[in-house]
Amino acid sequence: MKAVITVTGKDSVGIIAAVSTFCAKHGANITEITQSVLSEYFAMIMIAEIDKLSVPFADFADKLAAMGKERGLDTRAMHEDIFNTMHHI
Amino acid sequence: MLNVADILETIGMIREENLDIRTITMGISLLDCVSEDANRLCDKVYDKITKTAEKLVDTGVSIEREYGIPIVNKRVSVTPVSLIGGAISPEGYLKLAHTLQRAAKTLGINFIGGYSALVHKGMTVGDRNLISVIPEALAETENVCSSVNVASTKAGINMDAIRLMGSTIKRAAYLTRDNNSIGCAKLVVFANVPEDNPFMAGAFHGVGEPDSVINVGVSGPGVVAAAIRRAGECDLSKLADVIKTTAFKITRVGQLVASEAAKRLGAPFGIIDLSLAPTPAIGDSVARILEEMGLEVCGAHGTTAALAMLNDAVKKGGVMASSHVGGLSGAFIPVSEDEGMIAAVNAGALSIEKLEAMTAVCSVGLDMIAVPGDTTEEVICGIIADEISIGVANTKTTAVRLIPAYGKTVGDSVSFGGLLGTAPIMPLRTYSPAKFISRGGRIPAPIHSLKN
Repeated sequence: MKAVITVTGKDSVGIIAAVSTFCAKHGANITEITQSVLSEYFAMIMIAEIDKLSVPFADFADKLAAMGKERGLDTRAMHEDIFNTMHHI
Repeated sequence: MLNVADILETIGMIREENLDIRTITMGISLLDCVSEDANRLCDKVYDKITKTAEKLVDTGVSIEREYGIPIVNKRVSVTPVSLIGGAISPEGYLKLAHTLQRAAKTLGINFIGGYSALVHKGMTVGDRNLISVIPEALAETENVCSSVNVASTKAGINMDAIRLMGSTIKRAAYLTRDNNSIGCAKLVVFANVPEDNPFMAGAFHGVGEPDSVINVGVSGPGVVAAAIRRAGECDLSKLADVIKTTAFKITRVGQLVASEAAKRLGAPFGIIDLSLAPTPAIGDSVARILEEMGLEVCGAHGTTAALAMLNDAVKKGGVMASSHVGGLSGAFIPVSEDEGMIAAVNAGALSIEKLEAMTAVCSVGLDMIAVPGDTTEEVICGIIADEISIGVANTKTTAVRLIPAYGKTVGDSVSFGGLLGTAPIMPLRTYSPAKFISRGGRIPAPIHSLKN
């Protein structure tokens, strides 16, 4: 199972490091990283394997969101299926 | 393979355009709870609902957290209670309303629908007993929703039932006069009511339904409005395609959530309701979509055409995205629950007559419209009869949710808070339809050929 992790907001030093550390700590294996500026905001997107998470995925998502909020970022971890269903037939 | 633009589009819809799942509604059959003893009936109803929907809210919250899509409401609809309470007294029905309320509180849901009767052809003693206490039930409970189907294309219009609903609505307004007559916001009068509608206040669990079922209402007026804005200068053929594509995407998310919820709750998936459901929040308005399409203000001449096109395109896009579509499935045009509609009424651009015309081409009907508190029962009946006729003649669902706000008049407004919003009091024609209404009886079912 994969999750899509998105980080949007103002750029600052150490965002990738913080998110990567967070993922490693919780057992999420990052398989892809893309960074882009689109629709007027900075965005980093990671795809992560979440089969071996140390916490339930919903908790992982909540904690990640809280961590982002502390840094003034919008960070989300969402099950990949929401994107697959919306954009692929 | 996911691409960046797709991912950002989805996130943008959720974050900036108010994309959400409006409701996961679990339908629960109460037919196995029938008893002639009101206490026993209530106990069985409470147990059945709280056991069947025990995990509804938790499941909804988990899906919300895992998929990152807000699921605004988790609700329950039950078998129309007039069908299970045929042998109980009005007092028994009132007790049943309190039981439903208690079940709603236990489950943590915000509405429970099905305090309902289907009387399109005639009324049983049970129907009458139920309707006689609807105002008290709505006044004494907070989360119970009521609906009465008074007409169908096959049966015609039960004018005796409409007459009864006129007085029921007035009494509900009076009994909840200290709270802006909010009782009326939880009561809908229908024609051709769907049996699998997940939206309140008109949801109930129809008789052809399984023991329990998951129905999901999607939303996303903000997403559609934004897509139209981005489309810029284009003709209406292109615009219809933009709306269809957007509706498809929105509905796919609904389908995902519905199947996931059904799987986790062990109940079959019923339908996706393709309605565009607005909220009072800025950027979540159906009226603003119409304005984005090119109208100066909702209510301008051209509004009905724009709405018809919008409604049709939403359905065309949504149908392919879902395995089963049902419920109301069309754009909702409630006044109090739509920021743009409220603004249009306040600007004097949108009248009840225009709203009535709009309901001929979209979902539901005259919805959440506040009218002067001194409106007579007969005028309310006349409004209901007009709206119901549109549904019956056009073989579609129509409904009336009118709030004759006690003590209020044109120039005032009533505020219900939350999703129910704020409604400016709209002026009505006060000429009397009393003689027509007092005739009672049934308006025969319309002919199905010679369509003009």
